[in-house]
Amino acid sequence: MTKNFKRPDGRKADELRPMSAKVGVVPNADGSAMFSFGDTVAIAAVYGPKIMHPQHKQNPEKGTLRCSYNMISFSVTDRIRPGPSRRSTEISKITEWALDPVVMLDKFPNMVVDVHINILQADASTRCAGINAASLALAHAGISMKNLVSSISIGKLDNQLVTDLTKEEEDWEEGEGATDIPISLTQDGKITHIQLDGKIKKEQLKEAIKLAEKATKEIYEIQKQALKESLKEDNE
Amino acid sequence: MASEKNSKEGERKIVIPGEVIVKGNEYLPGEGTERRGEEIVSVKYGLAEEQNRLVKVIPLSGVYHPRRGNVVIGKVDNITPNGWIIDIDSPESAFLSLAEVPRYVNKDGLEEVMDIGDMIVAKIWSIGKRGIDLSIKSRGLGKIDEGIILRINSNKVPRVIGKDGSMIKLIKDETDCKITVGQNGLIWIKGDRVENELFAKRAILFVAKRSFVKGLTEEIKKWFEKEKK
Repeated sequence: MTKNFKRPDGRKADELRPMSAKVGVVPNADGSAMFSFGDTVAIAAVYGPKIMHPQHKQNPEKGTLRCSYNMISFSVTDRIRPGPSRRSTEISKITEWALDPVVMLDKFPNMVVDVHINILQADASTRCAGINAASLALAHAGISMKNLVSSISIGKLDNQLVTDLTKEEEDWEEGEGATDIPISLTQDGKITHIQLDGKIKKEQLKEAIKLAEKATKEIYEIQKQALKESLKEDNE
Repeated sequence: MASEKNSKEGERKIVIPGEVIVKGNEYLPGEGTERRGEEIVSVKYGLAEEQNRLVKVIPLSGVYHPRRGNVVIGKVDNITPNGWIIDIDSPESAFLSLAEVPRYVNKDGLEEVMDIGDMIVAKIWSIGKRGIDLSIKSRGLGKIDEGIILRINSNKVPRVIGKDGSMIKLIKDETDCKITVGQNGLIWIKGDRVENELFAKRAILFVAKRSFVKGLTEEIKKWFEKEKK
């Protein structure tokens, strides 16, 4: 591994961008949160649980989690066409799967919890910011959860593993190019979601998961703080 | 706060899902908690409380979960041939049967008793597979004719009522208004003058905003003193 590897923004290989999180950003929703990694900003709003409509989609055994991911047209430099796309439908589904293991859906049969994620500003790892915000918003909505989910993207630039990719790094072209691995973890070390887009060796993937475990600890602290702070503010 | 009696046992701390509240087999997991091995873990975001070794989490946000016996305030959503569909701000809407009205009602004239958009105070009679049934056969229940309605988060209702109704009694006495608090977070204020009603509304919103402060009753007394000048 190259020892003196330099990232475009001068960060260390395992250093995250400055993060911030806030709970209760959408007063009309039952629960909401904002999460950001540097220039990537996501907000999530949770509505429900409410009765599932249409009726034939109701599940009498357990509730349903329904996520929708959307990038706002001004979130990137080239305006993106508003409305659902192949990419956003896929990420919506991925987010559902990433959160499903922690949300205790058996508590509300025949019902649905809607999670709306909007990306206000995009600078790579938007799905991770979205999952982090959604996890916070679900907790804020008073929904029973086994744990919080923290998500991070680990990148492989040529042969070097780095934490929290930016757009600039994602477009890396030297050597083997860039590989992006978004990983979501709970605090007890269980992986709820992992994606791999590119090539990586088995050993290196294990290393990437180690990096993700370390990074999600930091994210969890931010999330925890956001939830606890919001209550203290209320009381002032 | 409602339970200041034994400050050590009743002490509350903010917890998030997945956070360990206490360790040890002698504790029992209550509402909003789960046992994982030796630990009692919170599954909700809220305030953890421990009383007689029973650990529970009081949620601070989220939707209203109806319970049998709750007095709620709802809005007539729709009329069916044998009753009214009432929106009580919960995941499911509730049903008020025609038989609940004590006098004779023409089957074609249900809207003369209660029309769509009318507000009512009702009690949750039963929660079954088919839905929630309401009752208005009790004192203080029925259609709302005048006054103002305001909405707060349903999780803050216990604070607005206070311990044994102390908080709401104080607000009633200070503002000279009749106040009905629905467990679903809707509050009906009726006074002789609109000024009094608005004053009561401000007081309730003050309480709802500071709902997790200790010694809130004292603070609201001070607030009234200041506002009345």
